Amino acid sequence: MKTSFIKTITLAAAVATSAVSINTQAAEYSITITNLTRGIYFTPILVTAHPDSASLFAAGETASTSLQAMAEGGDISGLVADLQAVSATSVENPAQGLLAPGAYTTTTLNTDGSPGNTQLSVVAMMLPTNDGFIGLNSAYLPTQVGQTMTYDVNAYDAGTEANDEVRGSGAPGEPGFPAPGPVGEASGMNGTGINASVEGSVHIHRNVLGDFSATEGVSDIDATVHRWLNPVARVTVELVSE
Amino acid sequence: MKPISLKNAALVTGLSSVLLLTGCLEDNDSDNDSDSSPEPITYSYEVTTVNLTTGQPLSPLAVIAHAQSYSAFTIGEPASSGLELMAEGGDNSQLIEEAITNGAFATVSGTGPVAPSGEDTLTFELTEQEAQTAVVSVTSMLVNTNDAFTLVSGSLSELAPGETMALNGLTYDSGTEANSEASNTIPGPADSGVGFDAARDDIADQVTMHGGVITVDDGLESSVLNETHRWDNPVVRVFVTRTE
Repeated sequence: MKTSFIKTITLAAAVATSAVSINTQAAEYSITITNLTRGIYFTPILVTAHPDSASLFAAGETASTSLQAMAEGGDISGLVADLQAVSATSVENPAQGLLAPGAYTTTTLNTDGSPGNTQLSVVAMMLPTNDGFIGLNSAYLPTQVGQTMTYDVNAYDAGTEANDEVRGSGAPGEPGFPAPGPVGEASGMNGTGINASVEGSVHIHRNVLGDFSATEGVSDIDATVHRWLNPVARVTVELVSE
Repeated sequence: MKPISLKNAALVTGLSSVLLLTGCLEDNDSDNDSDSSPEPITYSYEVTTVNLTTGQPLSPLAVIAHAQSYSAFTIGEPASSGLELMAEGGDNSQLIEEAITNGAFATVSGTGPVAPSGEDTLTFELTEQEAQTAVVSVTSMLVNTNDAFTLVSGSLSELAPGETMALNGLTYDSGTEANSEASNTIPGPADSGVGFDAARDDIADQVTMHGGVITVDDGLESSVLNETHRWDNPVVRVFVTRTE
């Protein structure tokens, strides 16, 4: 589906083209990401195969500024640049916009010439949340042609923004959540804001609170629509050829 | 993060079986067995499902052994009529009929609900050929909800005799009934209200994961549920044993 984005999305292929084919290991993976939730949208998804030595985040640690930008506003450009620096193979925004509740997207990732990119990570911001994101962190890629691996993905909180649950900005460090298109339509307004503070480190998201009014109350999130129980996403990856 | 497969545990317990198998192969070198007429081999399975919730009795379990090509639902797609009937009212009969129509190898239903912390054990048999490709699915409604259900599947093809595999079941929302939690909409003992209603009035006519219940204790004043009816995933643990 097509929707306006919160942030400028750097176009895909930037990373893919940087990986020059040397015809050593031409491993092609087919990757499907499904949004399992009833009411949460995913912002542009970042799918990446990277070396074991790198990771996008670590639970219990402070989020990088790049992860913060993704989790608070859906901007994956910083993470993409970080990944380029370690010669990762990435696919940006395979769903070409928001991935709706219950929807899925399939993409192909080719680690041609980069046999060291053995770890799969997938992240995207969850809307409406302040800094919630889906986080598949350094999962193993299949190693045999035809082999499929399935990962259930949990919701994390980047720990960089207070979960006040009201509409606001997607810019890092600014309060509130962005509410593009269908997210805005399903969210309330005029919430007074939940008294919350920045947590400080990446952790499993404790879920949204929400309220029961679209026009008042403490939260602009709808308790009956936007709550979730983990997992929030399912990632299947098949090694198609090598 | 590791791939979701609880079969690792099963594989460990299966080591002894592998050794036995090796012994059999050596014995077969003498070829004595090849003269006897091939008798159809029956594969027998025992499925024990434990209710992990505090306040959600499970409707009678449906255990379905089927080919990999069958699935009782797909995330993002509308629920079948049979799934709707089970998810809203706990009646699994039509879902089982649908599975049989789709070529299910074996089906069995529990005879009563499974209370919180309770369990139920059901058995079924497959032919050797069926067992090579079979998947077992266990499904049931969380009866103190509008239309929440659990379904968990596991492949039977590598399960050796005596081996047990453990599966954890997540909770899905059939997307066929609004999660009002209102009086007379929930069939379980919390309400004893209407279960199945053919109207599809959820936010979208599609199966997704379930977000849990809100309950009156968390501010949904019109809810007949209280905090004891909440849950977290997983809601069932299923032990599948190949008994022979």
